[in-house]
Amino acid sequence: MSEEKISGSEALMRSLEYHGVKTIFGYPGGAIMPVFDALYDHLGKLNHILVRHEQGAVHAAQGFARVSGEIGVCLVTSGPGATNTITGIADAMIDSTPIVVIAGQVGAGLLGTDAFQEVDLVGITQPITKWSYQIRRAEDVAWAVARAFYIARSGRPGPVVLDFAKNAQTETTIYAPVDVDFIRSYDPDPETDPKAIAEAVRLIDEAERPFLLVGQGVELGNAQKELRDFIEKADIPCGCTLLGLSALPTNHPLNKGMLGMHGNLGPNVMTNECDVLIAVGMRFDDRVTGKLETYAKQAKVIHLDIDPSEIGKNVAVHVPILGNCKRTLPLLTKLIREKKHTAWIEGFESYEKTEYEKVISREVYPMEGPLNMGEVVHAVNEATHEEAILVTDVGQNQMMACRYFKFKNTRSLVTSGGMGTMGFCLPAAIGATFGSPERTVCAFMGDGGLQMTMQELGTVMEQKVPVKLILLNNNYLGNVRQWQAMFFNRRYSFTPMLNPDYMQIAAAYEIPARRVIERADLQDAIREMLETKGPFLLEVCVIEEGNVLPMTPPGYSVNDMLLEC
Amino acid sequence: MENKTLYTIIVHSENFAGLLNQVTAVFTRRQLNIESLNVSASSIKGVHKYTITCWTTPDIIEKVVKQIEKKIDVIQAHYFTDDEIFQQEVAMYKVSTPEFQATPEASKVIRRHSAHIVEVNPIFSIVELTGMSDEITSLYQDLKSLNCILQFVRSGRIAVSTSCFERVNEYLAHREERYRQEHS
Repeated sequence: MSEEKISGSEALMRSLEYHGVKTIFGYPGGAIMPVFDALYDHLGKLNHILVRHEQGAVHAAQGFARVSGEIGVCLVTSGPGATNTITGIADAMIDSTPIVVIAGQVGAGLLGTDAFQEVDLVGITQPITKWSYQIRRAEDVAWAVARAFYIARSGRPGPVVLDFAKNAQTETTIYAPVDVDFIRSYDPDPETDPKAIAEAVRLIDEAERPFLLVGQGVELGNAQKELRDFIEKADIPCGCTLLGLSALPTNHPLNKGMLGMHGNLGPNVMTNECDVLIAVGMRFDDRVTGKLETYAKQAKVIHLDIDPSEIGKNVAVHVPILGNCKRTLPLLTKLIREKKHTAWIEGFESYEKTEYEKVISREVYPMEGPLNMGEVVHAVNEATHEEAILVTDVGQNQMMACRYFKFKNTRSLVTSGGMGTMGFCLPAAIGATFGSPERTVCAFMGDGGLQMTMQELGTVMEQKVPVKLILLNNNYLGNVRQWQAMFFNRRYSFTPMLNPDYMQIAAAYEIPARRVIERADLQDAIREMLETKGPFLLEVCVIEEGNVLPMTPPGYSVNDMLLEC
Repeated sequence: MENKTLYTIIVHSENFAGLLNQVTAVFTRRQLNIESLNVSASSIKGVHKYTITCWTTPDIIEKVVKQIEKKIDVIQAHYFTDDEIFQQEVAMYKVSTPEFQATPEASKVIRRHSAHIVEVNPIFSIVELTGMSDEITSLYQDLKSLNCILQFVRSGRIAVSTSCFERVNEYLAHREERYRQEHS
């Protein structure tokens, strides 16, 4: 251990490097200046991406974390810099994304005095973080960073905030790296009850119509192979939650599609037909369950989750299996009998056929009229051979992208599920390109969402971020418009939107761009986008009043989906 | 509407700033009123104990306790019904000494409730009672009817479980043992 004294800021840099950080998304400001000054000496090892707004930094960190499985880091100043990250922190909390947000804070002597750019960040973020801590002394930096990284990545991952008082940034300390791999009050992988395993095995062996829900927990636990081993041995058809979509290849014969309000007909209807429902790393969100009073009442429910507070939160569970599913799934696989459920699985086909005829064929293969959103998604997906990373914004673009994009590889989807944060896409896609630089990143967004964080085109320009931006422009806040059409008598209250000329916007940022209006031009434009090195903005003028279907309207049962509206 | 029960929640946590806020926020989110709250050091060094009471349903209390326990620095949280705990509250009744002494009934009331007089001076006296919630209320009503109460204060409930072991000690020992096994 060196006796050399270094500043708290330098200790932060060394701690970040020690914990494997290579990329930081940030924005400087008064109360974080000593840290940015220390960063200046570490630019060889720490790549700092200057965003255009702190919300962009935190969404970029989320995108980075979601595709790489590593922790996304952002660095911002106090006061407004810190509060601008709040949306992304809340988003990371509900979507279990491991990020560490380091924010400047006024010096400890000024805390509580309403000093310039002082805000009670710990107080604000406690309900939306796994852990939020104020560093007031330089000697606490190494410990706090170690604890932050351990908490963010372990167990059910999530966001951690470090509120770094300015005095602690400049005061000096002796530095030694710290590791944290145990917190006595926190059990990241709760023990599994062997009786629950035995009971689950009995239910699965006796099941005639088992059905499995794949959640993001499978991706977070890196248990994609363990899941496949399990479902293939027991021959169990699956539905994927929005965030679980790329945990199982789309074309796997047991993958019956997406769950939820705009998911596929088969998995939603069959949820209310199965006799055993196995939920893996998912939280029974209301967008998945529809009306709880009628949700899977006929089934015995087995719930595998790492977070004990998820058990029984929304849906009553007969057999809870606590722990990381990477560890618990093989316990089941080993003990269950090999089975075939051919007739039950064939039962999905009629729903697939109905959905194809009534919805998919019309959306993806229209013969005339304006371009459809699903058609564009399908064409981009084909052109990228199902190997790209999909990033979406929120709304119709998100539902269409998630319905019609197919996945071969794991960790291939970045979308704001629980929070539904418009403006998420552009910065998250920027982050995804840094998290997975070897892969193509396709970012689907609407005209509303793009404009919420459009300033990040500056980041794309400066970093030459190789992101393929696909703007599905319908001149509406489309999802709200669809609801207004369906539930509010077509009273389009503030959903039509006057748009700027996106070709000029792209030109101003020196981003190659192309606008497509005619169906005949779509394929060539996609080819041009994918062949262009670096960023590209493809604006597709799509049908203005297109609807996402099928749909389980709010308050309806999961098996009660509308195929037209 | 489901019948509500008065539950006692016992929480053990690290003694870190801001934790009380995190615990009470779980109630706030669900619009649950905390009936009483007591926080103090526990028998274990560095561990704080919260005793919280709350009227709610079995379904909600179970979810609330899990969400409290989910906080990183909370060690354990459990809930109990009244038959699963020994519980007490303490109350102090400040009374006017001249009026108190002028009422012959007063000392009988004190004796009947097994209360203590802990301070007497010419202006006021202080009566103290440790007991169950309704006993404390009952003494208050008796003294109030004698028109001599100047101030009244009661603590939150404190409680110990009727089970014969200290769950927190065992839990912490078990956690450390498991950690050693996994890392040896």
